[in-house]
Amino acid sequence: MKLEARGLRVHLQRREVLKGVDLAAAAGELTAVIGANGAGKTTLLRTLSGLLPFSAGEARLDQRPLRAWPRAELARCLAYLPQERTVHWGLSARAVVALGRLPHQTLGQGETAADRAAIEAAIAAMDIDALIARPVLELSGGERARVLLARALAQEPQVLVADEPVAGLDPAHQLALFHHLRVFAASGRSVLIALHDLALAARFCHKIVLLKAGAALTSGPPAEVLTREHLASAYAIRAEYRTIDGIATVLSRDGLP
Amino acid sequence: MTAPAATLAPGRLLAGLAGLAFLAFALSLAVGPSGFGFGPPGEAGSLIFWEIRLPRALLGALVGATLGLAGAALQGYLRNPLAEPSLIGISGGAALGAVLAIHLGITQALALALPLGGLLGACIAMLAVVALAGLHGGPITLILAGLAVSATTTALISLALNLSRNPFASIEMVYWMMGSLADRSLTQAWLSGPLMLIGMGLLLLLGRALDALSLGEDAAVSLGIDARRTRLTLVAGTALSVGAATAVTGIIGFVGLLVPHALRALTGHRPGLLLPASLFGGAILVLLADVALRLVEPWADLRIGVLTALFGAPFFIWLVLKTRRELAP
Repeated sequence: MKLEARGLRVHLQRREVLKGVDLAAAAGELTAVIGANGAGKTTLLRTLSGLLPFSAGEARLDQRPLRAWPRAELARCLAYLPQERTVHWGLSARAVVALGRLPHQTLGQGETAADRAAIEAAIAAMDIDALIARPVLELSGGERARVLLARALAQEPQVLVADEPVAGLDPAHQLALFHHLRVFAASGRSVLIALHDLALAARFCHKIVLLKAGAALTSGPPAEVLTREHLASAYAIRAEYRTIDGIATVLSRDGLP
Repeated sequence: MTAPAATLAPGRLLAGLAGLAFLAFALSLAVGPSGFGFGPPGEAGSLIFWEIRLPRALLGALVGATLGLAGAALQGYLRNPLAEPSLIGISGGAALGAVLAIHLGITQALALALPLGGLLGACIAMLAVVALAGLHGGPITLILAGLAVSATTTALISLALNLSRNPFASIEMVYWMMGSLADRSLTQAWLSGPLMLIGMGLLLLLGRALDALSLGEDAAVSLGIDARRTRLTLVAGTALSVGAATAVTGIIGFVGLLVPHALRALTGHRPGLLLPASLFGGAILVLLADVALRLVEPWADLRIGVLTALFGAPFFIWLVLKTRRELAP
């Protein structure tokens, strides 16, 4: 399924946070939204997940206007992982992952075989087998991040929208997570993430949308977006796109005065 | 933090609690000053059973279930273990309605004026809370609206007490607010029972939404939860069940705070499963407290609202100390 926005404008408490953004997260691709703090990444992701109303423009999922999707049906196709990793009760990690099955269950129905399979696959994908019996409040930040992402995967969505999924993860789990997102996308699903790490964006994403002050400065493949000029304009840093030992990365030199 | 190892299978836990609640109900029917048993011989025995013990046991079960369930629902929705049904102003509204019914002398003309006044007060309080808090927005607006309505009802109750020229009416008001299951008629049980059941039915529908809300509002909505409907169901369910309960028995505090807290670890901290568990747990607690009032000699003159407050207050202190320990560096 394709998730797309055209000329999207969003106001939060009368302040225009998004000023006409275009974006397309296609099936089979890993799309990243990058930009400085306050550029509008989270607002864009929340709006495209149907959590915020927009004042102008269009948002479509699978050609159908986002507003025309009934909530329950949308939840079966699109999973949203918030940046905030609060869990309010001492649920076990497995119980948290199992919450991803809610859109597929009806009231009073227990876990079906399909539910169990999805939960176990998500647990295996996020490498949290050893954690599932522990209360999620006792886990470290990175462990909790993996449990919460497993919740979104257990939802078995066609489109995964994740806000800063790798923040707080150690390097090994960052790499593992991106490899997994690539595999997930390769199975014909769309992945849209907000990201701060430019090196990871350069290496793993198919497409990048660079936001600056609520508007898309540019978008396209990493090599075209992560140019010296764009990065200087969006982040006020001296940085450039490089390929080292066959691995694409961004080399950040220093901040601009 | 309790390890999840303490968690029972949901079916077994609920069956066990339901069994205990049934035993407590039977005990409440069987115990009283006239002796142990379900039907002491003779006409007097049958009268005692049908007119005194049955309404008392029925109301004890229903009111306890209501308070336990509403406490669990509010704690789940507000994501705060210190929430309890009186927090959102409904019991205050019911109390004000009943006090006004006494103050204006309607209770002398019409026996059911007291519960009806309570119900009316609960409904008005609910409308005020919804009007103030709106249908959108997070838990904070609901707490604030509840506090504002509670403050208003407390002020008006004080005014009614202050202006009351009849000392008997004042005593009646004060006693009524203490909460009691004694001397309620079967008619009062029939009047409030269906409303409590409907309210509880609404609250039980919230299980999925409360589970999802453990991950925060955004994640819950993205899991298909309708935030507006959840809020409306919560307020309407609490108003019907707690409003009807308070209208008939007065204010019985701390049950809604204590019961969910005691059962939370057994449910694996799942707010959805905590709903039916607290329903049974509340019924057990109120029924047993009421039986204890009848059995323990020096307590005979105590009202159940006073007893729950006497036990609830130290529990609250313990909760504060425990929270302080957990937050300590």
